[in-house]
Amino acid sequence: MQDDVIFSRAAGTLSAKIQCEIDHHTSRRIRERIDERLISERPSILVLDFSGVTFMDSSGLGLILGRCERADVIGASVRLTGLSDTLYKLVHLCGIERVKNLSVRC
Amino acid sequence: MKRIINEMKLRLPAVSVNEAVSRSVISAFMAELNPTVEELGDIRCAVSEAVTNCIVHAYRDLPEGKVGYIYISARLYEPREISVEISDNGCGIEDVEQARRPAFTTDSLGERCGMGFLVMESFTDSLKVKSTPGKGTSVLMRKNLKP
Ligand SMILES: Nc1ncnc2c1ncn2[C@@H]1O[C@H](COP(=O)(O)OP(=O)(O)O)[C@@H](O)[C@H]1O
Ligand SMILES: [Mg+2]
Repeated sequence: MQDDVIFSRAAGTLSAKIQCEIDHHTSRRIRERIDERLISERPSILVLDFSGVTFMDSSGLGLILGRCERADVIGASVRLTGLSDTLYKLVHLCGIERVKNLSVRC
Repeated sequence: MKRIINEMKLRLPAVSVNEAVSRSVISAFMAELNPTVEELGDIRCAVSEAVTNCIVHAYRDLPEGKVGYIYISARLYEPREISVEISDNGCGIEDVEQARRPAFTTDSLGERCGMGFLVMESFTDSLKVKSTPGKGTSVLMRKNLKP
């Protein structure tokens, strides 16, 4: 099976490229994988790359908000990239852009 | 009366693999209406929300080893309308108005964010929620596709 999260590291940035559908069923494993790296590497920026995500529902919003909280604890910020129009619509709908340590780049 | 083009009924155990199963089934079912990518995405997402709610919330009080069911019933109407009803025989919702409010959730520990009903409402043309505590919940969504 293809790896569902691929990590890369450059200076203070940890990037996590998610490559699967994000729903309640899959989000737990994705969350555990990202948190493990976040805690061991303590980056100052966590990039969540959605360019490989073919489906997402509000479970993905929970995943994003939860990572923002975790990142905040270690003083890190979260950046979203690679959002398709469909994913952006969902993220925008929920006003997630107002979270203080979160930025969105399409 | 609007003429029915096609209809289906499906019963699935309320386990999380069936979130993806229900999305695939609804995609195949509505394919004959040739939805746009956006319309298909909207319906897939709305269905995923309703099905997830049956799995996460409806049967939360069931004893270990017991599994409840999700009932999906969908129709295509002329000229280009889809209706999907998703129901369960679970715990029901005490206060539906409160449950529909954005950011309301009874499960914040599990990283739910209380946006499910907002998604269902925004991504369809109408959303009706009926619920009886102790009996179950039914969510009816309708959407008109572009001509
Ligand atoms: N089928 C259901 N059975 C019982 N309770 C439900 C059901 N669907 C929704 N709810 C209740 O409504 C609340 C809001 O649902 P929703 O907007 O999907 O947010 P979330 O699932 O993130 O909590 C849930 O937290 C739950 O308390
Ligand atoms: Mg929900």
